[in-house]
Amino acid sequence: MSKIASAFENGKAFIAFITCGDPDLETTAAVVRAAVDNGADLIELGIPFSDPTAEGPVIQGANLRALQGGVTTDRILAFVRELRQDVKIPMVFMTYANVVFSYGTERFMAACQEVGIDGIILPDLPFEEKDEFQPVCRKYGVDLISLIAPTSENRIAMIAKEAEGFLYIVSSLGVTGTRSEIKTDLASIVQVVRQNTDIPCAIGFGISTPAQAAQMAAISDGAIVGSAIIRLIEEHGRDAAQYVGEYVKSMKEALQ
Amino acid sequence: MTESNGRFGIHGGQYVPETLMNAVHELEEAYVHYKDDPGFSRELTELLNEYAGRPSRLYYAEKMTRDLGGAKIYLKREDLNHTGAHKINNVLGQALLAKKMGKTRLIAETGAGQHGVATATAAALMGMECVIFMGEEDTVRQALNVYRMRLLGAEVVPVKTGTATLKDAVSEAMREWTSRIDDTHYCLGSVMGPHPFPTIVRDFQAVISKEIREQILAKEGRLPDAVIACVGGGSNAIGSFYHFIGDQDVRLIGCEAAGRGIDTYETAATVNVGSVGIFHGMKSYFCQDEYGQIAPVYSISAGLDYPGVGPEHAHLHDIGRAEYVPVTDEEAVNAFEYLAKTEGIIPAIESAHAVAYAMKAAPAMGKDKIIVITVSGRGDKDCAAIARYRGEDIHE
Repeated sequence: MSKIASAFENGKAFIAFITCGDPDLETTAAVVRAAVDNGADLIELGIPFSDPTAEGPVIQGANLRALQGGVTTDRILAFVRELRQDVKIPMVFMTYANVVFSYGTERFMAACQEVGIDGIILPDLPFEEKDEFQPVCRKYGVDLISLIAPTSENRIAMIAKEAEGFLYIVSSLGVTGTRSEIKTDLASIVQVVRQNTDIPCAIGFGISTPAQAAQMAAISDGAIVGSAIIRLIEEHGRDAAQYVGEYVKSMKEALQ
Repeated sequence: MTESNGRFGIHGGQYVPETLMNAVHELEEAYVHYKDDPGFSRELTELLNEYAGRPSRLYYAEKMTRDLGGAKIYLKREDLNHTGAHKINNVLGQALLAKKMGKTRLIAETGAGQHGVATATAAALMGMECVIFMGEEDTVRQALNVYRMRLLGAEVVPVKTGTATLKDAVSEAMREWTSRIDDTHYCLGSVMGPHPFPTIVRDFQAVISKEIREQILAKEGRLPDAVIACVGGGSNAIGSFYHFIGDQDVRLIGCEAAGRGIDTYETAATVNVGSVGIFHGMKSYFCQDEYGQIAPVYSISAGLDYPGVGPEHAHLHDIGRAEYVPVTDEEAVNAFEYLAKTEGIIPAIESAHAVAYAMKAAPAMGKDKIIVITVSGRGDKDCAAIARYRGEDIHE
């Protein structure tokens, strides 16, 4: 049983995305702890990439600030080891294929296992290319989390059948970022997912308000929020933890 | 040669977000359907010949040959195509394909602006909407081409992220494509990105080597000893190489932009200084740091200022079939001026990289040897920048 499943045992899950090192790792640590203390069920830790092609302007900005602050994969791994001393909820990495590949997939996944990372999301790794990483992920007990998009259609069943950890359902076309309205027929996508797998599914991309989170959680097992949290960090910098904590609390309450 | 899963050896593949997977599959299906369709081929050939002005000339550069005193030099004149570069070959093919697929809107990235101009041209011709993404830095370096694209009815979006050059324009075009797939075709300009683009673009550019082969056989009764072309993503080079890949006696030489030199950080010579990575939808060589962060590359040439190279080139390098040599800014500018003065031909600064290497290689080869240099584009767009490089402040 994947450790990630435990994130979905406390009602609908609230999943928080935070870019490591934005603007520095001390702030990231404080923000993660604030999210955990206020009810986050799973943390997605972004390892910044120079050219994050799946991200909108807000998370692109976070990647840039983090890299300018001098954060590296090695420093992030050391940071997670430290964080794991008190953070007990599941944590996954979100980064790009090249960050893992260039580090050495074997070396990267072994380090994930060692520091206590439970899964990994690679937005530029579709189903057809997952054999590049999946055998190594399995060897080290790291779930390779699959994504389903509004355009997946005939691919949903195939992806769901082989999914691990949880399924990340992308709410809208385009890149990450907050949206005033989500138009995709997500209920039908979730229905196909349910027919093909028992693992939980959470919806992300474009969610920022408690009302949206409640709406998404009503048809799935949880909501994933990135850009709205990154905006708070962008706005409040090193003092962001308190604001993120309050925000996570309001979102988790909306999910109950 | 492309393998069934879009691989060239270990390179290539389809590393794109799930959102785009059905779009790249749809494109692949359409391409497989139309590439051998006689009607499609007829229509494309008609466009290439009557609209773009093909076949392009294979010109014997007699003065240059005499001056360098070695191998006989021929120039493949892609600069004489409509819109002034080889880019139109690929664009007409993709635009026609997009139209058959029912798409009404073309988006594209551009570096030097040649691919953007070609795409805007095809969109105007075929009555399609057109949006071009161009690094802000490049909109300054290539202001004339920005105006040309707008004149042709395209919207030009300056990309401010990252290094504000070609790589960022590609990223932004990919982001745009993920947000609007139904009516939009991403008209990728080089032999890069996810499968099937490297194969589609190569096939549409292979007309260059098909013609070189026929023309050199007609003029010389034999194949050349070397084919030389510049390589950024590598579309004119793969087009120039393709029909010679099976001829082991024909040396295939790709000229990379070394910028201020491959021993500096200001270079874009990917095969020479890069390592294997995964970026922009493909596995290939990239300029990157030890953590896989893509390096900010540099070249005087906006069209070669890209941190990656097409996967088929990466494979041709791995198996030793093609050579990839670095050419510096200074060498390219010298060649730019040399070809203008010697043959009365102003090459694009991109193409000048190929001319520069030929200037080094030809004297060392016997007079019985034959070199073909692909002049991938014309240099009007570069005149102001080269003048500035030489310390002369002219304004367009």
